Amino acid sequence: MSLITPVEIAAATTVPVLRLELINKFFSRHQVLRDVTLEVERGEVVCIIGPSGAGKSTLLRCINHLENVDSGTVFFEGAPVYRYQRDGKTVIDPDRRIEKIRSQIGMVFQSFNLFPHLTALGNVIEAPINVRRDPPEEARRQGTAVLTKVGLAAKANSYPHQLSGGQQQRVAIARALAMNPKLMLFDEATSALDPELVGDVLRVMRQLASEGMTMVVVTHEMGFARDVADRVIFMADGAIIEEGDPRQLFTAPVNPRTRQFLQSVLDRNGNTEGAG
Amino acid sequence: MFSIDEMISFLPPLLGGAYITITVSLLSFALAAMIGLMMGIARISRSLLLRAIATPYVQFIRGTPLLLQLFFIYYVLPYSGIVLSPFVSGVMGLTLNYSAYMAEVFRGGILAIPKGQWEAGLSVGMSRKLLMRRIILPQALRIVVPAIGNFFVSIFKDSALVSVITMRDLMFSGQILAAATFKHFEIFAMVAAIYFLISYPTAKLVEYIEARLDISRAQAAAAPAHT
Repeated sequence: MSLITPVEIAAATTVPVLRLELINKFFSRHQVLRDVTLEVERGEVVCIIGPSGAGKSTLLRCINHLENVDSGTVFFEGAPVYRYQRDGKTVIDPDRRIEKIRSQIGMVFQSFNLFPHLTALGNVIEAPINVRRDPPEEARRQGTAVLTKVGLAAKANSYPHQLSGGQQQRVAIARALAMNPKLMLFDEATSALDPELVGDVLRVMRQLASEGMTMVVVTHEMGFARDVADRVIFMADGAIIEEGDPRQLFTAPVNPRTRQFLQSVLDRNGNTEGAG
Repeated sequence: MFSIDEMISFLPPLLGGAYITITVSLLSFALAAMIGLMMGIARISRSLLLRAIATPYVQFIRGTPLLLQLFFIYYVLPYSGIVLSPFVSGVMGLTLNYSAYMAEVFRGGILAIPKGQWEAGLSVGMSRKLLMRRIILPQALRIVVPAIGNFFVSIFKDSALVSVITMRDLMFSGQILAAATFKHFEIFAMVAAIYFLISYPTAKLVEYIEARLDISRAQAAAAPAHT
């Protein structure tokens, strides 16, 4: 039996789930991320907003190494991942370690990316069975539970093409949740949806947030960011321009670029107040 | 001039040849599909070594005639001490040739799967190998069924080329018979009819499989069955 000292408990609770340190990223010669530094605490919901081309999605994809950073370090639960300096040498993680870390980070894509040849339940239990090696019965039981959670237990045996966009996205959320992730990434999860279907997906996201899930959400839903986020980050041209409490950032942005962006979004979309 | 009795007497040797044609074709097709799939995957592998093997293989074989490949295997290899029977040479030649073309079809099928499928698989912690097996190939194979089916139909006829290396297939049996009896018209008409009787059901079978695998229709039909 191992004893856990109070010091260890304190350490475990203070280590941020995610820490990005001076991340830089180039697509050929175009710099898409500039010295991005960011910490996400356990249970925190961080929303990233900003104009298109600001590097929001790229930043999210660097977090689970779908994109490799050119410089800087990504820390997951305090440990550096992928390409980092140790004893003056550059260490590159083996695929195995990256896969292990990815399995603990759920990601939801703008275009759902469900596996079309598998049923909703098949999508959800694919990784638990083949990556985590859960017994199929156990995986099916848990998979049904997460589908119930996103309100789609009745669609377990439907194929993706038989589901609406909103349903597909909720299956995608269930697929990510089935791995019991320590962190969830949402990459404009509602941008590809018909307006009337956005609400269902946002409702699931709100529920997750209220249950204490750690989330990084790239979104154009200002209402969601304002209501749900613990912290809002405004990005432009690959850099974090401003970050803070949503009430402060939305009502009294400090940086003129933030002000300009929020102004243009509110002008264009007068009903964001009620969204979600 | 036409004698039914005579034509019936031609049947046994021709059917014997047809049996060889079918055997060679089926065997070559199965081997070519397996090698083609491996080469197709190797062509787009992240491993430089695998690409360095697969790419020249495909390019070289596609860049030379099947007839020449058969000659090489049957007439040239013996000079380096490798003597193969006509049957083995024929199967080898057809397999080599078809595998190269199929490799390109498989490669195309794999590349046709949207990048989002890879990303979704990676994001739940799947390895590239697992992803290929569980997510990419099942979708890619459906895409390539029409093209691979096309090869299946044509291999029965392309196999006629193995007659040049003295394999007693349908074509070769017809030639021997014609040379002996001078009944060219009757014999080659019968040979044509037998080739057609092999090819037509084959084409129908491919059509049927295509219809069964039509992704949207098949899944819509299959869904209620999964309970």
